Amino acid sequence: MRLRQVIPFLLAPWLLTAAQANPYEMTLQNGMRVIVKEDRRAPTAVQMVWYRVGSIDEVDGGSGVAHVLEHMMFKGTPSVGPGEFNKRVAAAGGRDNAFTSRDYTAYFQQVPKEKLEEMMQLEADRMRHLNVDAKEFEQEIKVVMEERRMRTDDNPQSKLFEQMNAVAFQAHPYRRPIIGWMNDLETMTAADAKVWYDTWYVPNNAYAVITGDVDHKAVFALAEKYYGPLEGHALPLRRAQTEPAQEGARQVTVKAPAELPVLIMGYKAPVLRDVEKDSDPYALEMLTAILDGHDAARFNKKLVREDKVALSVGIGYDSTARGPGMIHIHGSPSEGKTVADLQAAIRAEIARVQKDGVSEPELKRAKAQLLAGEVYKLDSMFGQAMEIGQTESAGIPYQKIDRMLEKLQQVTAAQVQAVAKKYFTDDTLTIGVLDPQPLDGKPRRPAVAVRH
Amino acid sequence: MTLKKLLTVAITLLIAQSALAGVKIEHWVSPSGARVYFIESRVLPMLDVQVDFAAGSMFDPTGKSGLAALTRGELDLGAAGRDETAIAEQLADIGANLGGGADTDRASVALRTLSAKDKREPALEILRDVLHKPLFDAAIFEREKARTIAGLKEAMTRPDSIAGKAFWVAMYPSHPYGQQASPESVAALSRDDLAAFHSRYYVAANASITLVGDISRGEAENIAESIALGLPKGEAASLPPAPAPPKGSVTKLPHPASQAHIYIGLPAIERGNPDYFPLLVGNYTLGGGGFVSRLMKEVRDKRGYAYSVYSYFAPLKQTGPFQIGLQTKRSQAKDAIKVARDVLGGYLKEGPSEEELTAAKANLTGSFPLRLDSNKKLLDNTAAIGFYGLPLDYLDQYQAKVQAVTADEIKQAFARRVRPADLITVTVAAD
Repeated sequence: MRLRQVIPFLLAPWLLTAAQANPYEMTLQNGMRVIVKEDRRAPTAVQMVWYRVGSIDEVDGGSGVAHVLEHMMFKGTPSVGPGEFNKRVAAAGGRDNAFTSRDYTAYFQQVPKEKLEEMMQLEADRMRHLNVDAKEFEQEIKVVMEERRMRTDDNPQSKLFEQMNAVAFQAHPYRRPIIGWMNDLETMTAADAKVWYDTWYVPNNAYAVITGDVDHKAVFALAEKYYGPLEGHALPLRRAQTEPAQEGARQVTVKAPAELPVLIMGYKAPVLRDVEKDSDPYALEMLTAILDGHDAARFNKKLVREDKVALSVGIGYDSTARGPGMIHIHGSPSEGKTVADLQAAIRAEIARVQKDGVSEPELKRAKAQLLAGEVYKLDSMFGQAMEIGQTESAGIPYQKIDRMLEKLQQVTAAQVQAVAKKYFTDDTLTIGVLDPQPLDGKPRRPAVAVRH
Repeated sequence: MTLKKLLTVAITLLIAQSALAGVKIEHWVSPSGARVYFIESRVLPMLDVQVDFAAGSMFDPTGKSGLAALTRGELDLGAAGRDETAIAEQLADIGANLGGGADTDRASVALRTLSAKDKREPALEILRDVLHKPLFDAAIFEREKARTIAGLKEAMTRPDSIAGKAFWVAMYPSHPYGQQASPESVAALSRDDLAAFHSRYYVAANASITLVGDISRGEAENIAESIALGLPKGEAASLPPAPAPPKGSVTKLPHPASQAHIYIGLPAIERGNPDYFPLLVGNYTLGGGGFVSRLMKEVRDKRGYAYSVYSYFAPLKQTGPFQIGLQTKRSQAKDAIKVARDVLGGYLKEGPSEEELTAAKANLTGSFPLRLDSNKKLLDNTAAIGFYGLPLDYLDQYQAKVQAVTADEIKQAFARRVRPADLITVTVAAD
């Protein structure tokens, strides 16, 4: 693809203004927000509709209903028959799917730009007119159970994560798996899905994110036309649910057919609530980059490459969420090493940060990667829509994304050391261990020391 | 440049640019003999360079399965004057990423970097060293070997991996595509095997270089030649005899999982074969078209047997597979297989209806812009065109070729390629 030469922006000063205004936003009368990010690189567009409802909003006995409803959203309305939604997207040359998380449920279509209007019409239709048919439900709930078998029941690492999570959180809804406990899926009915839909699928609980080769004014007009007439209603009261403070380490072991033991160490951590005033989440992001941001970052360099105590080791931390945060460290010990050896080695690395801090070159490196990442992310329209949608889902306005990046660039080595001391404490630690079991009756090396 | 400035410039460029007018791939052979493919894209201040060698697992010598993958894996773990730590740290310092890997046919090394000269030049220097002068350090080799063996042992406990491996073994009993790395084959490898494999296959005559991004043709020529120049001229890899058509078979393997993993298929087609377009269009209706395929309707929507069910043709350098895959509760595996076989049987007999054919073409041609709307996608497509020697106008012709396919051509191509008696079925954890 030969792209037209860049218009030097000195010759087109209006472009600068346009750049600063992009993305654009409007709110419909019914409370639905529409965010448009123009990106003219290719004649395609992405529509995502995000609902502020996820497994966090479920209750005991009804786990998994947010995700089941996501499946049911493809099963038809009075004007678009069962399966017709996918057919229409496919006929438009599009791709579509949906995903459910703890905090939100989102639906998307990627299409040639001239098909965006039809996608908005389809998405608006199923926002308020879904037919939750009992017969369709009966088949689809089986599909979801197969999905659970595939993703969790037969996947030892997922199972470990599910169990560990259920131990780390005792009161907060994050303790329940997004896909739902199997027993809850078995007892769920079409009526449960219908109640969920009627309660949460309203324009005042949704926002659309549209990126691509589109004109924001035209998109706003289409949004008025299709989403504008939909009626909202008041949402149920969402009670703040605070996880009681954890006051001592917890441990869970899962036995499953596997070869390698797995260790997960989860530390309770803060998430970003106030972009300006909070500082710990930024420092934790930089800490995870220093520990695991590239092949020679501390964890891989020391534990995998030098000491060979781990086959692999990594760390995950998401600084934005509706609920409480957690830092996860996960890894598998090398042949001849135990989970206890791996845990001791990880703890030693954490202690090193707590005691000696991190170096300026390490911090600078992490920031350079972050900066380059900001350019690379513009290569994906889908990725840009995801970033806006996810940030918003955590209650942070997308306008703050650039500010968050600036804040990350301002993190100091002292702040990194301080959060390492503050959050890596045994009192808020939950440990999960996968104890691998033989498939064929032959004994395996034990993952944990067995007391006889 | 500060973050804010950089972003403002990047975003301004997005506004200033307008879109694609047909894909223009420039192609030449570098003075040192490597094939080069280039797309100039000035929108974002970044550059992708991918170097592909015919050095995938199909070139593993007999008894040395796993060699190609291990060789590729160790390239960037020490090269010229840098050890593995220096390589990773210096790349990170300039925000560059080095990726790639090895599949059955190809070994790839892919660099993504900012295009500013002070970032691009050091990144390219590391890329060149990794390709030209890998150290294959003995201690690192032993460590990576141990990690690979542990990974292989773990894979041997996973139902999907077990099924996948058994499927390829059954499809290719006497072709390298069927040779699978095992803990034993990897344990037998030596550091010298890696060095020998590298000097045989990582050569200019066996390389294709793809560049996409914010550089001029002249700059692309210089970069490509600097990469090719440091490689021995060498010879293109020679291919083994084409896979023999196998006999149909059923392999049933035990596993305690709650779900059975099922693969059905056979070796079907190689890259560049004219049957590809009829098969591509035809398979959309059978099991390629995501939520709207016949397999999806019958197996998932009507019966709730599976979350994922699909079919595809995967053309390779030599005859690549046709494959149907699904996972279902172990007690209903037999029923699910019957449904899948019936859907396939019916489709082989009838071919697509007129409506189905129209829908397939509408999606495959309509979605074409989505295949090219990022540098990453342009890179993937162009690298494949270059590596497999597809026509340079492959992308320009794509929509017309899809449009030209007839229902008869689909039926005939399927009849030639998917013979029910030759189908191989592998199940793991089926009751």
